[in-house]
Amino acid sequence: MIKLLVDGQEVEVEEGSTLMQACEKNGAEIPRFCFHDRLSIAGNCRMCLVELEGSPKPVASCAMPASEGMKIITKSSSVKKAREGVMEFLLINHPLDCPICDQGGECDLQDQALYYGRGMSRFEEDKRAVDNKPFGPLIKTTMTRCIHCTRCVRFMDEVAGVHELGAVGRGEDMEIFSSSPSGLGGELNGNIIDLCPVGALTSAPYAFKARPWELDKVNSIDVLDGLGSAIQIGSKDGEVLRVLPRLNEDINEEWISDKTRFAIDGLKNQRLDVPYIRNSSGNLQKCSWEQAFQLMANRVSKINSSEIAGLAGNQMCLESMVSLLDLMKSLNVDNLDCRPRNSNMPISHNNKASWLFNPTIRGIEESDLILMIGTEPRYEAAMLDARIRKVWLKNKIFIARIGGGAKSTYPINEIGNDPSIIDSIYRGDHSFNKKLIKSSKPLFIIGQNIFTRSDSIGILGRIREIAKKHNAFNDKWNGVGILQNTANIVAGLEIGFVPKLKTSLNTNKILNNFENGKIKFLWSLGRDDLDINNKNADSFLVYQGHHGDKGAELADVILPGSAYTEKNATYINTEGRVQNAYAAVSPPGSAKEDWKIIRAFSSYIDKTLPYNNLEELRNRISEINNGLTTENFLIKAENNDIGDPKTSLLKEEITNEKLNFFMSCNISRASETMAKCIITQQGK
Amino acid sequence: MYEIMIKKLYRTFWFAILGELISGMYLTLKYMFKKPVTINYPFEKGPLSPRFRGEHALRRYASGEERCIACKLCEAVCPALAITIESEPRKDGSRRTTRYDIDMTKCIYCGLCEEACPVDAIVQGPNYEFAKETRPELLYDKEKLLENGDRWEAVLSKNLISDKKYR
Repeated sequence: MIKLLVDGQEVEVEEGSTLMQACEKNGAEIPRFCFHDRLSIAGNCRMCLVELEGSPKPVASCAMPASEGMKIITKSSSVKKAREGVMEFLLINHPLDCPICDQGGECDLQDQALYYGRGMSRFEEDKRAVDNKPFGPLIKTTMTRCIHCTRCVRFMDEVAGVHELGAVGRGEDMEIFSSSPSGLGGELNGNIIDLCPVGALTSAPYAFKARPWELDKVNSIDVLDGLGSAIQIGSKDGEVLRVLPRLNEDINEEWISDKTRFAIDGLKNQRLDVPYIRNSSGNLQKCSWEQAFQLMANRVSKINSSEIAGLAGNQMCLESMVSLLDLMKSLNVDNLDCRPRNSNMPISHNNKASWLFNPTIRGIEESDLILMIGTEPRYEAAMLDARIRKVWLKNKIFIARIGGGAKSTYPINEIGNDPSIIDSIYRGDHSFNKKLIKSSKPLFIIGQNIFTRSDSIGILGRIREIAKKHNAFNDKWNGVGILQNTANIVAGLEIGFVPKLKTSLNTNKILNNFENGKIKFLWSLGRDDLDINNKNADSFLVYQGHHGDKGAELADVILPGSAYTEKNATYINTEGRVQNAYAAVSPPGSAKEDWKIIRAFSSYIDKTLPYNNLEELRNRISEINNGLTTENFLIKAENNDIGDPKTSLLKEEITNEKLNFFMSCNISRASETMAKCIITQQGK
Repeated sequence: MYEIMIKKLYRTFWFAILGELISGMYLTLKYMFKKPVTINYPFEKGPLSPRFRGEHALRRYASGEERCIACKLCEAVCPALAITIESEPRKDGSRRTTRYDIDMTKCIYCGLCEEACPVDAIVQGPNYEFAKETRPELLYDKEKLLENGDRWEAVLSKNLISDKKYR
């Protein structure tokens, strides 16, 4: 620890701290533009000047390491004068176009000019003008406003790992350049909008739509991937206008992916806002809730329980899944599933470890060796990929992958696609074993592509044994993580929305039986990943969801539900973290909250569910697991006995299903911005 | 004693000759020869300060381009929440309003919108004769405000110039 004096008060900071940290510890406010906690130090804006006793000139506190006995003054007239001077220089070339700038109202330069500026400029010469740069369809550039803090360049280099930005020229002629003329690559571009302290980089889809003070802000969570990143939803006049990241060190730090940020315009398109029923000529026709329920009740009353099935899907909240589960239970239906088609993910509560990301996302930073099997986290979970890049950047750890896939922002050593490699590592005669032996905290990330194989149990079992042999399981470290690529599948598995009995059907069988008419009533709760080819005339499909996507196409009854921005709901992410989303706007038209729809239908068929409001429903949920109603509760696996190493492996290679990052769910498929992103990506 | 008697006598005399009436009539007579202070409204109108805060108008540049850039400062500053603005990029990429409404029944004519405007687009002109028979007529939209601006531009620009040195 170092002791130093800040404004006459003694402050103690850790070795390696900067003067800025010391000043902040003392409560002094230091203005800054280029400095950012999570980026490397540049020291080029000079706004953080403080007086250091013994130094003839003021020093940049962000770049100056603290040392024993330093005496710093942050509130003297010379510091004030120095900051005023820096601010005057920054404003020399900054245009006075705040009224037409989207950053106005949340601009660091605006705020700091008010508090630390002179209020007058003595500059009478011509101002500089800079050409705008092509940064793609997401980012609007007005480079004349740039103050050369280089935060965007450092973010793209360090966090996003896309080396496409740089600064060219020096002094007044310095410009930020992008090396790719068709727009930036990567999945985290949107964050440079937040990082930009001025209005040089602003959000293109949000351009001129609203001022920050007009927005109603709701803290919520994202459901477009399996991570549940913390977001803040900004809405105006009942319309979601923008999504910003919120700090959550456990999941997304303070970044979010472009899909999370920009897919929200999909919430306005293709929405289901009234119930529909299929009429005699085979077309979908608008109807009232009563008509829809009447038709469904008629159907349900005519068939027996083995001919009914329920499927719940990604993005559906815990509350609606529990309601449907209870409704199906009251009808004695066991044909329930929440897993994707062809997935044979284990469902037993005895091995929760086989569907949770056990090491936790934050835990990735502790690992010293990563083996990925059948996954491409860059597209499946962009923020998790950024974590892996972070630990790679810090410790240069070895990252290997079986199964191939897209390149990422860190080097991945592809060690083949053959399942026999897993066998070989299991036996201990693969070259990868040399790395494994040295590792003290190896991390195994298993993707969803494993669970579409019939030998998934064997693969899981072998990984378990490998992990056991190489310190991956102890009380401090659980190194095997299953990466879910959809939002709330963990909730479905946790509450038991799965075929529990031997006779009950899984997703595949339900769909096959639905096609051949053995399942006569299928309730699809937001499932858009079902490819039903030929529907039997006898079978009846109820689609409950918010978008008219693949799932609603074949439905006989459509019940309009609400999207994640429109309801107070609970979601559980891939690591088993329970998080609440909050309603920012109300659902469109006569759409309702999903659990209420199911509750209303239950009373229609005289099987009334025993809850009338969200609180009662949550009490019911807490009966399943008390933690499920506690924000930030982490579901933990009791043991690590996943898979069975004795079963044999297939010869077939492990492959990665090509995942379209920008269009992975019904919301992003309905988004124009995401479509533009795909065009940009194709142009690269 | 003697003084009181004189006073009483005087009062009696004043009363006897209807003195109060005479002094009142004298005042009336005096004003008959003075210039009258009333004006014959609506045929005559009183003078207005260039700062007079009357009916709103949205101004244009000489080129015909509307001045308003949708910065929304007037909307933010309006204490009566009478202004509603919606904006989006126009086809040429510039920042423009798609909607600019003022609810004249809410407006308290404080003039803060005018003061907040960085481009002198929204102004309060000299017109105070816009009483209407129905309420909806007082809900002004962008079209109406621009029309006001076109109609009053000559006066508005003159007023702004005359007030310039005090701003």
